[in-house]
Amino acid sequence: MKMVKLQKKNLNAFLAGLEKFGDLHGPVRRDTNDFAFQKVDAPEQIAHDCLRTILPPKKYFTKPVDTMFTFSEAEGYRAPDKDLHTKIILFGVHPCDIHGIKILDLVFGGQYRDEYYFARRRNAIVVGLDCMPDEYCFCRSTGTDFTEDGFDLFLSDIGSSYLVRVGTSLGDDIVLETSTLFQEIGDTDRRAYKRRSAQRINSFEVEIHLEDLPEIMDLEYESRIWQELGDKCLSCGTCSMVCPTCYCYDVVDQLNLDAKSGSRLRRWDSCLFKDYALVAGGHNFRADRGSRIKNRYFHKQRGFVAQFGRPSCVGCGRCIVSCPAAISLVDVLTKLRSRGNE
Amino acid sequence: MNRENIYFPHLAQITRILPQIEDHKLFGLTFVDKSMKDNFSYRPGQFVELSIIGTGEAPISISSSPTRPGTVELCVRRVGRVTNALYNLERDDLVGIRGPYGNGFPVEELEGNNLLLVAGGLGMAPLRSLLWYTLDNRERFEDVTLMYGAKIPDEMLFKYELLSLLDRPDLRCMLTVDKDEEGIWPAHIGVVTTLFDQIEIDPSTTYAAVCGPPVMYRFVLEELLKRNLSKDRILMSLERKMKCGVGKCGHCAIGYKYTCLDGPIFTYWDAINLPELI
Ligand SMILES: Cc1cc2nc3c(=O)[nH]c(=O)nc-3n(C[C@H](O)[C@H](O)[C@H](O)COP(=O)(O)OP(=O)(O)OC[C@H]3O[C@@H](n4cnc5c(N)ncnc54)[C@H](O)[C@@H]3O)c2cc1C
Ligand code: SF4
Ligand code: SF4
Ligand code: FES
Repeated sequence: MKMVKLQKKNLNAFLAGLEKFGDLHGPVRRDTNDFAFQKVDAPEQIAHDCLRTILPPKKYFTKPVDTMFTFSEAEGYRAPDKDLHTKIILFGVHPCDIHGIKILDLVFGGQYRDEYYFARRRNAIVVGLDCMPDEYCFCRSTGTDFTEDGFDLFLSDIGSSYLVRVGTSLGDDIVLETSTLFQEIGDTDRRAYKRRSAQRINSFEVEIHLEDLPEIMDLEYESRIWQELGDKCLSCGTCSMVCPTCYCYDVVDQLNLDAKSGSRLRRWDSCLFKDYALVAGGHNFRADRGSRIKNRYFHKQRGFVAQFGRPSCVGCGRCIVSCPAAISLVDVLTKLRSRGNE
Repeated sequence: MNRENIYFPHLAQITRILPQIEDHKLFGLTFVDKSMKDNFSYRPGQFVELSIIGTGEAPISISSSPTRPGTVELCVRRVGRVTNALYNLERDDLVGIRGPYGNGFPVEELEGNNLLLVAGGLGMAPLRSLLWYTLDNRERFEDVTLMYGAKIPDEMLFKYELLSLLDRPDLRCMLTVDKDEEGIWPAHIGVVTTLFDQIEIDPSTTYAAVCGPPVMYRFVLEELLKRNLSKDRILMSLERKMKCGVGKCGHCAIGYKYTCLDGPIFTYWDAINLPELI
């Protein structure tokens, strides 16, 4: 892979020179510890110390509320074209979130390709940025702490510079656009990168084992852990909203005032919501909270493995940080594993 | 972005409305677009997403057989918003259809075998597709038996169509009602499982396709297992909440399967491995 070096003091000049590639988006500080990906007018607004945004980058590709069609009795259905073709540069995406995007690519791709998702994906340039884990990160355990693809450029901190990995031909065009800002990497840079990498690997405070988790989950299918969790969970759905790989959505048709035309919208949904599996006639396939939270864990750690060969959790820690009931995925998985050994 | 859009509801005209029993009607639909009309093909057991303009979408099994192209028939029970809105439409009105979705019955695998179709209530809707498919390709199958049970004669779907099959020599058509207070029923009386005493099942050459309300499965499965039919020769059509029909919205996921992609036809063996399935 092509690698170059960018001095940190040149980063803003580099980002400012990318206008022709799209609108610049990056993590911006909202509050002391709250960050959100949003459009910035100048690169200086980007918070480089952001470890975890509230919402992951999925919001750019599968929108919280998205118009799928407008319709009218006379003309039937029409997909809106606008809003799918805005070009953006997404700066500051950490490895776990890049893996999150890669997982969504699998879900929205396949035999039935979701063009709403892929139109936006094609129009987004992803510039990755490395990070140092905190006490909630466990991407090392989920195998998502490094990434070899899924980005156009990836920046790793090597002291006063970034080592820049060029992942795509478009990424290369971006580098060439402001080529005077980049230098070749030398032996000191290689050493610095390896040092940083080793330091990062050793900084994880949380470790869980996932290899045999599908079997463990099957063994603990009837465990009372699920009921205990159900008693604590508030069914607020926050864990789904903040998760980079939760993709469930609901579809609703909304009428305009003329009652003849309207739009079909989809919006983020959560399998923790009470009516998620409720069908006509009032039958609810998952009426109790315990069965819903079990379903979330099973789908992420068990079902996804069977379908796509890996769990869909990327270890970002967002659901742990955001849960109002203090339910921690790491604790749950640890408990499932150790159950019976107490 | 319409044609390549997997969610695009293609307009279809209501060409026929046949009331069946209370709150159940059979709708014949024909695509407006000629190439859709000519090229829409499906397997028995697949479903479509039906859009009522201005109200929403609902997954509905295809009741017609692919051996009779041109019109797609849906048997719809009126239960809520979308189905109510459909009942307010008339002949020539337009609806949207996308699909077909789901795995459908593995008809190639069924060929050369005896078939036992067991239906209860609205479960006859998807099985009617398989029934006509086998009758229209009769030479590809060995003995074909249909068992269909309704509570009372007035609740039997496709009643006259099915009664007319009673004297067909190449089909064992066993229709039953739980109760017949008026004394008008010309066939068997008793729940569907009471029909099993009248038939022989050769476990090595028989497939069973079962479709009905959840309560029915337990008793029918018991009968089939008692007769040594293997778990992967028992096929069932199952329902779940569905929104997208194409494996994206998550609603129909059970364990490691999506009902809309991996189903709605599952074997009993699948069901055992997916604890939430039935
Ligand atoms: C694979 C499959 C095949 C089906 N085949 C038929 C059929 O042939 N004939 C028939 O009458 N019905 C069939 N159903 C059930 C039918 O989809 C529901 O009755 C219908 O969705 C109810 O919609 P509604 O808006 O009228 O009811 P409401 O109660 O107003 O619907 C509320 C919401 O729940 C969803 N929903 C409600 N019930 C179901 C359900 N059982 N399955 C999936 N989503 C549901 C709807 O999409 C809607 O968004 C089938 C369902 C599935 C999954
Ligand atoms: S965030 Fe916590 S309380 Fe809310 S639904 Fe998820 S597990 Fe339950
Ligand atoms: S399940 Fe939790 S830790 Fe895992 S990816 Fe989703 S939000 Fe992050
Ligand atoms: S109905 Fe959307 S995933 Fe199956």
